[in-house]
Amino acid sequence: MDGWDTALAILVATIRAGTPLVFAAIGELVTEKAGVLNLGIEGMMLIGAVTGFIATVVTGNPYLGILAAILAGMATSLIFGVLTLSLMTNQVATGLALTIFGIGLSAFIGLSYVGTPIDGLDPIAIPLLSSIPVLGPLLFNHDIMIYGSIALFVLVGWFLFKTRAGLILRAVGESHDAAHAIGYSVLKIRYLAVMFGGATSGLAGAYLSLVYTPQWAENMTAGRGWIALALVVFATWRPARVLVGAYLFGFITIIGLHIQAMGADVSSHLLATLPYLATVAVLVIISRDATKIRLNAPASLGRPFHPTA
Amino acid sequence: MLIRLEARPQSSKAMQYASPVIAALLTIVSGIILFSALGTDPWLALYTFFVEPLTSVYGVGEWAIKATPLLLCAIGLSIGFRGNVWNIGAEGQLTMGAICGGGVALAFYGSEGPWLLPLMIIVGGIGGMAWGSIPAFLKNRFNANEILTSLMLTYVAIQFLGYLVHGPWIDPEGFNFPETRVFHEYGWMPLLVENTRFHAGVILALIAVVVVWIFMSRTFTGFQVGVVGQAPAAAAYAGYSQKRVVMLSFLISGGLAGIAGISEVSGTIQQLQPIISPGYGFAAIIVAFLGRLHPIGVLLASMLMSLMYLGGESLQMNLNLPLAVTGVFQGMLLFYVLGSDVLIRYRIRVGNVVKES
Repeated sequence: MDGWDTALAILVATIRAGTPLVFAAIGELVTEKAGVLNLGIEGMMLIGAVTGFIATVVTGNPYLGILAAILAGMATSLIFGVLTLSLMTNQVATGLALTIFGIGLSAFIGLSYVGTPIDGLDPIAIPLLSSIPVLGPLLFNHDIMIYGSIALFVLVGWFLFKTRAGLILRAVGESHDAAHAIGYSVLKIRYLAVMFGGATSGLAGAYLSLVYTPQWAENMTAGRGWIALALVVFATWRPARVLVGAYLFGFITIIGLHIQAMGADVSSHLLATLPYLATVAVLVIISRDATKIRLNAPASLGRPFHPTA
Repeated sequence: MLIRLEARPQSSKAMQYASPVIAALLTIVSGIILFSALGTDPWLALYTFFVEPLTSVYGVGEWAIKATPLLLCAIGLSIGFRGNVWNIGAEGQLTMGAICGGGVALAFYGSEGPWLLPLMIIVGGIGGMAWGSIPAFLKNRFNANEILTSLMLTYVAIQFLGYLVHGPWIDPEGFNFPETRVFHEYGWMPLLVENTRFHAGVILALIAVVVVWIFMSRTFTGFQVGVVGQAPAAAAYAGYSQKRVVMLSFLISGGLAGIAGISEVSGTIQQLQPIISPGYGFAAIIVAFLGRLHPIGVLLASMLMSLMYLGGESLQMNLNLPLAVTGVFQGMLLFYVLGSDVLIRYRIRVGNVVKES
């Protein structure tokens, strides 16, 4: 029985560790599908995390905190949008700037909240289903954000591949000139996609500061925004693979702690390198087939668009 | 009334020089707004940020030694950025350089000689190069995105340093503090000015500027880097190897970042600690862009960025403002630099589009 409990605990922890990656990577997937490469996820997550945390402390209501994180993430992504879309700056450099800015600004505004305790979100047990042995605690006894991340994944998959609007968004990402010629507003669609990515990055940050470790600490995302970017490549721009990849990385993140808990004498510093090394390994394996990446990546990804007519 | 951008027939030479100045001015204006919002007298804050740190000889020394790692990292990165090679992991290469160079000092503990410092610098540079060669190899051999791999390896390097100073390399007489032994004096960067921390690492950085300048403007390989970056199709047609440019960019920038790491460690703290850089490797990305990827520009930009670090400390000491102000300023500055660059290729027109018949 003890082995079962441990395995179950590991799986639940995996889902929790993977959830911020689900939020961030699904949002970035939509942004990239519209042809925009936003490397600023890490920065937007941090702004979302700190804003959500402060709003929760001030109002005492974590749901308002989540809302604040979404709005903050969107506002931050708008900076990126204005620069790359309206002023046609280099997307790589601007995304990096957004990350550096987000790290600085979040540390600045969160300074007096470091160490403040809050009540995180409580799990919501779904009646009946949650009392099923094994499956109940594994799938039906989570906080609302985990359910929300699954709903988001389903919605995005449906939107991108089953709706007309999703088709238009993909068309803009594949060939902005053709989409423009047909009469779609490339910039408007890209602005919306960038803001969607900002909103989900805000959610990813809020999950970290409100649920995963309910507190604010400087730079608490620890590279998760970058791992989310790698996940999108790993998933070859397909939502279902993003989900699988996110939980895979969640597992790698937490397995180190469990190895230590079982009494293995391994340095926590070396264990902490695992998710990063895994990201490199996964990128290498996926990218090896250059044709596959080229065929799956949105053709206009990262290219600026200037309407001439 | 509409504000719109109109493409210039030719990119504006004047704007190329004016845009960093515009960006710096916009940053200062934003700073005034930020400080006012915080309830601090903005003029006093700006004075404390930009002028106060340079009012003493010691302060000027600090200015130079903080500019050193920024300059070494940024001058290397500027080569890659010209070639469209995105090394984001200078911070990790800096850390690896410090680990390897510092490791030399520890390995020869008790049998040091005057040869120690040069050896540390060489091994530090090789360490940074080796760490930088990994993303380049993965890019060339497996097509793996170098932005992500170089960044991931930064986290690995920082954790590895943490492992070393908490574990195998911990000072046996150090009361279990996570830091190594202090290096022997043969492993210290010589001081250039008494009673300051102004050390000889600055000279290494200035040499790097000159060498990179010659490399980029006077050698065929340097020319190839630019062509691969600006016109990959033309470069391929001319038979220039893109893979060679990727590897070369990473080796140079990694090596210089490694030297920055060992110069920082042997010049200022003389031992290894869990944190040896306040993010110089990341700030160097801003420096490279602010300096328009040109050696002289990068030199000036590293001086400005170094002043921002000092300014942040000065604000904290004198006006009790958080150190994180520096990060906010850095981010804003890079935004403005990138945004102002639009003026080089476009001009702003106010009014509606005139229909041509």
